[in-house]
Amino acid sequence: MTAHVRFRVNGESHEVDVPEQRLLIDTIRYEVGLTGTKLGCGVGVCGACTVLLDGKMVSTCIMLTAHAEGADILTIEGLAKDGELAPIQKGFLKYGGFQCGICTPGQILAAHALLEYNPHPTEDEIKDWMMGNLCRCTGYYKIIESIEKTAAGEV
Amino acid sequence: MDAGVIGKDVHRVEGLDKVTGRVEFVDNIELPGMLHGMMLRSNVPHGRIVHIDTSRARQLPGVHAVLTGDDLLAMPIDPFTGPAFKDQAPLAIGKVRYVGDPLAAVAAVDRDTAEAALDLIDVEIEELPAVFDVNAAMEPGAPLICERLVPARTFADLIELLGGDDVPATSNACFQYKLRRGNVEEGLRQSDRVFAHTFSNPPSQHADLEYHCSIAQWGATDRLQVWSATQSPSYVRIMLANMFHLPESRVRVVVSYLGGGFGSKLYTKLEPLAAILARSTGRPVKVRLTRKEEFFTITKHGLTAHLTTGVSRDGRILARDSQIRWDTGAYADIGPRVTHKSGYTSAGPYDIPNVRIDSFSVFTNKPPAGAFRGFGIMQVCWAYESQMDIIAKEMGWDPVEFRLNNVLREGDTQATGSIVHSLGLAESIQAVADAIGWEKTAPIPYQAVQPANGPLRKARGKGIACSMKAVITPSISAATVLMHSDGSVSVLSSAVEMGQGSDTLLSQIAAEELGVRMDDISITHPDTDVTPYDLITAGSRTTFHMGNAVRLAAADVRSQLWPTAAEMLNADAVDLTASNGRVWARSAPDRSLTFGQLIMSRFGARAGTITGHGLFETHHGETDMQTGQSDNVTAHWMCGATSAEVEVDVETGHVHILNLVTAVDVGKAINPFACRQQISGASLQGTGPALYEEMVFDAGQLTNPSFVDYKIPSLLDLPDNMEPLIVEDPHPDGPHGAKGIGEAGIFAIAPAIANAVADAVGARIPDLPITPEKVLNAIEEAERHGNRR
Repeated sequence: MTAHVRFRVNGESHEVDVPEQRLLIDTIRYEVGLTGTKLGCGVGVCGACTVLLDGKMVSTCIMLTAHAEGADILTIEGLAKDGELAPIQKGFLKYGGFQCGICTPGQILAAHALLEYNPHPTEDEIKDWMMGNLCRCTGYYKIIESIEKTAAGEV
Repeated sequence: MDAGVIGKDVHRVEGLDKVTGRVEFVDNIELPGMLHGMMLRSNVPHGRIVHIDTSRARQLPGVHAVLTGDDLLAMPIDPFTGPAFKDQAPLAIGKVRYVGDPLAAVAAVDRDTAEAALDLIDVEIEELPAVFDVNAAMEPGAPLICERLVPARTFADLIELLGGDDVPATSNACFQYKLRRGNVEEGLRQSDRVFAHTFSNPPSQHADLEYHCSIAQWGATDRLQVWSATQSPSYVRIMLANMFHLPESRVRVVVSYLGGGFGSKLYTKLEPLAAILARSTGRPVKVRLTRKEEFFTITKHGLTAHLTTGVSRDGRILARDSQIRWDTGAYADIGPRVTHKSGYTSAGPYDIPNVRIDSFSVFTNKPPAGAFRGFGIMQVCWAYESQMDIIAKEMGWDPVEFRLNNVLREGDTQATGSIVHSLGLAESIQAVADAIGWEKTAPIPYQAVQPANGPLRKARGKGIACSMKAVITPSISAATVLMHSDGSVSVLSSAVEMGQGSDTLLSQIAAEELGVRMDDISITHPDTDVTPYDLITAGSRTTFHMGNAVRLAAADVRSQLWPTAAEMLNADAVDLTASNGRVWARSAPDRSLTFGQLIMSRFGARAGTITGHGLFETHHGETDMQTGQSDNVTAHWMCGATSAEVEVDVETGHVHILNLVTAVDVGKAINPFACRQQISGASLQGTGPALYEEMVFDAGQLTNPSFVDYKIPSLLDLPDNMEPLIVEDPHPDGPHGAKGIGEAGIFAIAPAIANAVADAVGARIPDLPITPEKVLNAIEEAERHGNRR
């Protein structure tokens, strides 16, 4: 069975015909062609596949494409505007909140959502919000610092 | 070179691509007509393959190929690969050896179709007795897992593997490392106290977030191109050339960026299967694992170590006997090298006159174990550093002082008979002890954290541990540096950027050597058609080895241009220098040239390339295989030390890390920021296997192959404070004095935490991980013996 799904990605309208069981991550990566969104665990616990769907964080590795009908999706590719990095991207770049880069799109989108919701989070609030985004390289400290400095406007 | 970029906190050269999600990983690549390969895996731990019926799967629309081990045997290829022994085929041949062993593979138009086809394959397997424990596997009469051992002979350091060309196996031990120094029996007799303990750790996972992924495509003239997430492109090319009987020049292996490796992406993994499926179907084929399959593909070795140590009353270690068994799983992978290389220092980083080490790599019916950050040092360090604290406590010694009394220092003879140079271990120990506020009293008083009312719930303690490792020797790294007509530079290297920062480091080294700006340098990622041989990106090799190769290649470019520069500047070549992309004579600094002007003059037009070559090789001395003695086992030693302060909840057994400080001797920090990133990352990664990471098996069935059931450290598991410390004991052969750094930060994490737990509650946990349940049991045990602090 095929599903006809319409949604917007980074402001652009898309219409796709995909098998009903097609996961949103595969649609984003292989139908829309935006490969910044990464598959990490496949069970919705590592956060590498995070995108913002109508402003909320979702794990696209456990979400059906059909459930994105009518949604407005923001992926890592849509975060920079007119060639200018978003503040949180500048923060990660300047304070080294990444190493291999595979979890980074998910980390940055989650952090972006945090700062939209709470522009001045405490360290504990950052940890609570970001705990669903795993990283095997950095030891997380630079991720926290990147978010704190971005919140403080020091990017 | 003048004030340049060495020792500076240079930002990652690929940073912009990473924060925008643009950086290329293999799984991003889609080729026209590409098929997807998937595998059917064994659900029994050991069994003879009676029959595999693929007929129904073949009939499914969209399926282009279904292959089994028998099909591989019928092909004009050598299906067996393996870095130590040629013991593993992409699909099991004759029998399966573990739950998860690939039995059959499908190539289909998409993953849904491939998965559906796997369900249509019928398998008949006659189960064989299986063995899961290393000790049981070494008993006479244990089921034999691998019947023949064929040495691979692709790595010079493994050339001395057991026996001759093809040895019928008589035991599940596929490799033994032996070291004999002094006389252990005599040393133990002369000791005032002798301690004997057994320690263990279970198999665990690398859990790099990027999956293994390989794509293969055949060209019209028998040319094979492979894109792969691999840490060892040069090795993969050699193995594929062997497999398909091709010249190496017709096999091209391309690597973009890796989403982490930590040893999991070494040697061949999915490349042979992708190449075979691509050849069978005439289409490009991508093979990518699922997270569950990652657990079945490669693991960190479990280990059992029995240590017998004799000490004198004045605080010296007189003798140590280390009996070690490595669980290498069902295929050897690099198990023998892990056994061998960690064997050198299996008695610890100490000056011990009498040492005996017997270390065995043992087959079991479990997923294959391979390289993991540290090549075995984490595991042996767990054993000897746990025992060091037991001894210190029993003898009433301060654990820091006890270590400093015995630790190897400049000019000492290590257990292998090799002399120790440039080992900043004592400094590292002192640095982490100072940073954590270690008090020179023994035992260290812990701070009881008592609620305002109610009984004691939490206890605090401090612990320390240290370790050292020999860098893999002999080894080879080569690099090419191209200067283009505008003076910009390409560095062609087979070093793999997997998050450790090698692109930035190699750019810094090239920029410094040539006197150009960082922005003038581009790194050409591994492409075996153009980037020369590099042994592997692993074992903390890249800074020292590839750093030297790039430095030499850059110097070669400079030396080709200096005659032209000397002529143009009317100066003596030895008087020339360069920085920020300009060349001038020191005696006449007001006149300078750009590299572009130099090349214009050299070739008479904006044209041409200056090509520089760099080859860096290390060599080792002859080793006596009976005693392990050699005058030179390694090009350099690396080391690290960790101190930990923990809070143990005595009611729940939960261990919370308050403070975790790790020092690594980096020789010279070429990029201090990146060094601290490596140390921090390694430290937190080390807390996982220390406290909870464990692959749990039930009769050979893995019960936790997902991130839901197999937990890796998250933001909520962070120590309250974590501090990476840089120690610099320069190595004369390192680029600018630098040594490797990728692994040493993880070596001593687990024993430092265990020692802190023991300090807090008197409970000693000999078997990792240190779960709350084990802590509670150990507290009870300690109370029974009146040891509770």
